Amino acid sequence: MSEEKVIFGRSGGFFPVFERRPGPIKSNMHYCPGCGHGILHKLIAEAIADFGIQDKTIIIAPVGCAVFSYYYFDCFGISAPHGRAPAVGTGLARANPDNLVISYQGDGDLASIGFNHILQAANRGENLAVFFVNNAIYGMTGGQMAPTTLPGQKTQTTPLGRSVSSEGYPLKVSETVAALDAPVYVERCALSTVQKIRKARLAIRKALTNSIERKGFSLVELLSGCPVNLKMNAQDMNEFLDNQMSRYFPLGVYKDIADSRDPINRPVGIYQPEAVRELLYPVRVADGVSESFRNPSRIFQSERRIKLCGSGGQGVLSLGYMLATMGKLRNFNVSWLPSYGPEMRGGTANCSVVLSRDPIGSPVVDKECNLLLALNQPALEKYLPTLKSNGILLYDESNGKCPDEVLERVIYTLPASDLAKQLGDLKYANSMMLGAVAVMMCDLFLDEEDKADFDRVFEEAIMDCFHEKEHVVKNNIKAFYIGKAKAKRIRN
Amino acid sequence: MNKKKFTVQIAPDECKGCERCVIACPRHVLKMGTRLNKLGVPFAVPVRQECIGCGGCFLTCPEPGAITVIQLSE
Repeated sequence: MSEEKVIFGRSGGFFPVFERRPGPIKSNMHYCPGCGHGILHKLIAEAIADFGIQDKTIIIAPVGCAVFSYYYFDCFGISAPHGRAPAVGTGLARANPDNLVISYQGDGDLASIGFNHILQAANRGENLAVFFVNNAIYGMTGGQMAPTTLPGQKTQTTPLGRSVSSEGYPLKVSETVAALDAPVYVERCALSTVQKIRKARLAIRKALTNSIERKGFSLVELLSGCPVNLKMNAQDMNEFLDNQMSRYFPLGVYKDIADSRDPINRPVGIYQPEAVRELLYPVRVADGVSESFRNPSRIFQSERRIKLCGSGGQGVLSLGYMLATMGKLRNFNVSWLPSYGPEMRGGTANCSVVLSRDPIGSPVVDKECNLLLALNQPALEKYLPTLKSNGILLYDESNGKCPDEVLERVIYTLPASDLAKQLGDLKYANSMMLGAVAVMMCDLFLDEEDKADFDRVFEEAIMDCFHEKEHVVKNNIKAFYIGKAKAKRIRN
Repeated sequence: MNKKKFTVQIAPDECKGCERCVIACPRHVLKMGTRLNKLGVPFAVPVRQECIGCGGCFLTCPEPGAITVIQLSE
């Protein structure tokens, strides 16, 4: 009795029928005759089917001829913008460590627009299997010069041949990636003769095995033919790959340290909306007021524009933030716009706060401000001209002295920095200034009802701003009351 | 001696006529035919019975199902 057994045939890694492919042809791939993509697709499909990983493999389709790879592979597929497959792959691999992510990229995609992406992903040791198809040309767009085009090679955009003095040298991706510490496996193969395709087949399986074992980043570069664009027949194509391309891009294993590496063990991501919200947004500690509450004092009927300035590290920005929080807790529309130099400490810092019952047009406060809060002398001098003629100035007298010409304005002062030092930390100066704001408001603007409310809203704002650091809250509230007791009006 | 026998089958309408299998076969089993398939290209055909089942033609063929290598056992 005779028995027939298929020993090489259509792989189970492909869909039996390419239903996703538009048009009448459902069993062929869309590639040109003799294209290296087809050969590589078959090797990948075979490996996926053999390893039984179809239900957790994600193939990222590149921009290039293989952009439609999801027509063919019977596994998950996703498309990424040109060159961004490693970034998308990073997300996929980290979101679920069980995912086996294959980044399938061409030379225009990986070596040109996405070169930094691949290097960064490789350097982070993302658990990706990258299959890099190098055909020395931009195939899909009609044969323009790619970063990997050989010196002297004629393309649509280098009709006289690539000149190294003008276009530089071909980019050696495998060598570059192998030079990094994180990648575990880098090999360059050629899809030319059967013998070399067999080697490529093993390399692909090795890369996928590394992914399955979570060893990290593997890259297999495959020299691949583009016979239509290079105008070659099968024989010439193989000779081009084996003689010309391989001379410039030597085949072989550039790095294989997978055996000596432990599987990657990254912190588990958080994917519960509640937990993320808790991390990203402050917990509301203040009780607040009902939504219909409106402070009765007249001052709150129109928009209030506040400028706070000083040097970085004095707490200018958080002072502004506390004022904005107070507005928020009392149903104002608020904006808080920080502005600071590149240095974290010692540079200039200022912020603009706007409180309004109506929608706020611009968050910028660069003129006509109602209240100027200055924590040092240079800032005071710089921003004094932005103060409205009937605006109020409030400054830290331990760091500054008011210029004589503005002495007829309403001015409040407080030696905030000195007092803060006495309290134990210069950082309390900003909460002390809040105390001065409270004094000023009570003296000039607040109805009785609001005066009672004001201390409470200050405390709530401080609690809200420092909710993560409980020990700081107490001292800041203390600082606020010290400031309130010591602030004084110096003119008018 | 129980000698294994192999045969190669070509699906005419899946072949694009790139000739990779023809140059890959160590025993010159495959040749380009003269008839045209549905795609309008001449396709490879097995012309000799000397397939050794190496699978080279299948590996080098860019199409998923154009070539099938079958082992016949008696």
